[in-house]
Amino acid sequence: MMRSTQTSNSAMDAAILVMKDLCKTYHLGSVELRVLKDINLAIHCGEYVAIMGPSGSGKSTLLNMIGCLDRPTAGDYLLGGRSVASLEDDQLSLIRGARIGFVFQSYNLISQLNVVENIAIPMYYQGFSEQASVQRARGLATLVGLGERLNHRPTELSGGQQQRVAIARAIANDPLIILADEPTGNLDSASGTEILAILDRLHEEGKTLIVVTHDEHVATKAKRIIRLFDGRIDRDEFNER
Amino acid sequence: MTVFRVKRIVRLGIKSLWMHRLRSTLTTLGIVFGVASVIAMLAIGEGASRDAQERIAQLGSRNIIVKTVAPPEDQSAPGHQRILNEYGLTYDDAERFQNSIPGIQVIVPNRRLSQQAFYRNRRVPVEVIGTVPWYPSISPVRPRFGRFLTVTDMRYKQSVCVVEEGLVRDLFGVDDPLGQDVKIAGDYYRVVGIATTQNRAASEDKDLSPARKTGGANLGGIYIPLTTVKNHFGEVATQTGPATGSTMQRIELQEIIVQVRSIDRVLRTRQSVQALLALSHKKNDYEIIVPLELMRRARDVQRIFTLVLGSIAAISLLVGGIGIMNIMMATVSERTREIGIRRALGARKRDIVIQFLSETLLLTLFGGIVGIVVGSAIPFGVSYFGNMRTLITPGSLVLAFGISSAVGLVFGLYPAYRAANMDPIESLRHE
Ligand SMILES: Nc1ncnc2c1ncn2[C@@H]1O[C@H](COP(=O)(O)OP(=O)(O)O)[C@@H](O)[C@H]1O
Ligand SMILES: [Mg+2]
Repeated sequence: MMRSTQTSNSAMDAAILVMKDLCKTYHLGSVELRVLKDINLAIHCGEYVAIMGPSGSGKSTLLNMIGCLDRPTAGDYLLGGRSVASLEDDQLSLIRGARIGFVFQSYNLISQLNVVENIAIPMYYQGFSEQASVQRARGLATLVGLGERLNHRPTELSGGQQQRVAIARAIANDPLIILADEPTGNLDSASGTEILAILDRLHEEGKTLIVVTHDEHVATKAKRIIRLFDGRIDRDEFNER
Repeated sequence: MTVFRVKRIVRLGIKSLWMHRLRSTLTTLGIVFGVASVIAMLAIGEGASRDAQERIAQLGSRNIIVKTVAPPEDQSAPGHQRILNEYGLTYDDAERFQNSIPGIQVIVPNRRLSQQAFYRNRRVPVEVIGTVPWYPSISPVRPRFGRFLTVTDMRYKQSVCVVEEGLVRDLFGVDDPLGQDVKIAGDYYRVVGIATTQNRAASEDKDLSPARKTGGANLGGIYIPLTTVKNHFGEVATQTGPATGSTMQRIELQEIIVQVRSIDRVLRTRQSVQALLALSHKKNDYEIIVPLELMRRARDVQRIFTLVLGSIAAISLLVGGIGIMNIMMATVSERTREIGIRRALGARKRDIVIQFLSETLLLTLFGGIVGIVVGSAIPFGVSYFGNMRTLITPGSLVLAFGISSAVGLVFGLYPAYRAANMDPIESLRHE
């Protein structure tokens, strides 16, 4: 349904994102914390990738890096052929807003806004008119099964429903890549299954999906699993099912 | 589309402020009081200064008023129960001014006497002003009905008078005063005119607003030709004071008003007048009043007044602004996570700045509007209960509004800047 034209036309084989010897180091006072070490990675359009690894292995950091929320300390990160390191802050904002959709473990909805307003936020920052964005936000809410709860506040929704709002928000600007950081981590298994089904559907529609998870069951849905250990890529393999 | 955007930003701001209604309200109180005090103080100051300016302007800005005052030795003459005190301005003085000072337009010598006026069975205390026909040229007094005194009245020492408008009801009731006879100190005077005090302020000085009709002395005046007064009342008056007993005074003139041709001659002429008087008066029995100087002094005083009030108001607004900044800093740190989320969803730094700045602006503008309402109500109360003149100028409203938005901008900028420059990841990790 929403198979975007960019995905099908521009080379399916060309990598949408490439990381070359990417490192990320945090400085905590005098201590250097090397969170990512020599990451080499290429992800193609339409892939469904799971990133796994023990807690503290750098999964979230890697995902944030992919989402242009963070900049590498060393090495290169090319997104759509362009080096992220050379981009201005406003350009990074534009990429995050228009090309990438984030789904977080803790939903991260804005509590003073209702369902429709939350979904409309990314469109607002891309300059859509109020009318257009509200209309689309309603459609998206209905798409994730919240057509009856358009004016509810996040606090009035269950965790699963909140995460569905977050997914609707993530796809508001029809992004190329959807990044999800343990999207089912806070959910019971039933809600988790629902969320995974929605993600599956997005993948079928051609979105590039990168999901961080602990859960082997979640990972089996993905076509490729990247395992991190202590900031390095331990294994990177296609999922035989 | 920009309209949509503004509407949306405003709505978002209101929503966020509404989440903390009490806090937002308390925060704006500083601005409310600051703005209200600016408006109220300026209105009271402005009213007072207008009042002063108008009263002075009624004296005439091209006039130099020389008044007879009792010389200081007079009070210290114990033992003498009945002495004849001779002092004050004389006809000779007036003539000397006329002959030796260049640039004089007119000279008006006046006698002023407190008397009782009788009409039928009514009795009203009045001030008899013995004056010359050209008195209106140096004062705002104009004939309203009938005529003013004429040269003929003067030459033939006619028993005629012109009554001030304010006196008419008390003295004549519903009768038409024109042609009636009024008895003052045993003599009858025919009323030939009714005088009114015209608003000169507006025509002479465009700085001054329309005057109220209360300028001048409390006693109503009756104008009688100077020559007639001299004839009927003489120049010797008996005064009975509680301390000094009764004394006889001989005073030729109570005042001489000199009008010069142009304003730039006023100060020079004042010096000439002073020099001439110093020659002929041994006693210090006169004072010189220059309305122009008074006006300038009043203006200076007002400037200082405004400056002081302005500083006080500025300080209170500063305090209010710091309060707002403090709350906004708290808001920003409380909403760190929201900022991170918005950044992840595509908000540029600029968008975050606009969001928080507009919240601060909404707060201060709301405070400013409430302050304007409160600040405009205070002067009304002061005028009503305190019987003081107040004047709210449009300028002070604009100023207050401008100040509150400026406070919003200045004190909102730093918190907004802080918000925009937070690291997106750290904001997202924030609990
Ligand atoms: N902003 C930061 N400053 C300092 N250390 C950080 C920061 N972000 C992450 N880390 C550290 O980097 C390591 C990896 O974190 P993270 O990527 O969140 O791991 P994961 O998501 O795999 O559990 C952790 O040890 C964490 O403490
Ligand atoms: Mg993590």
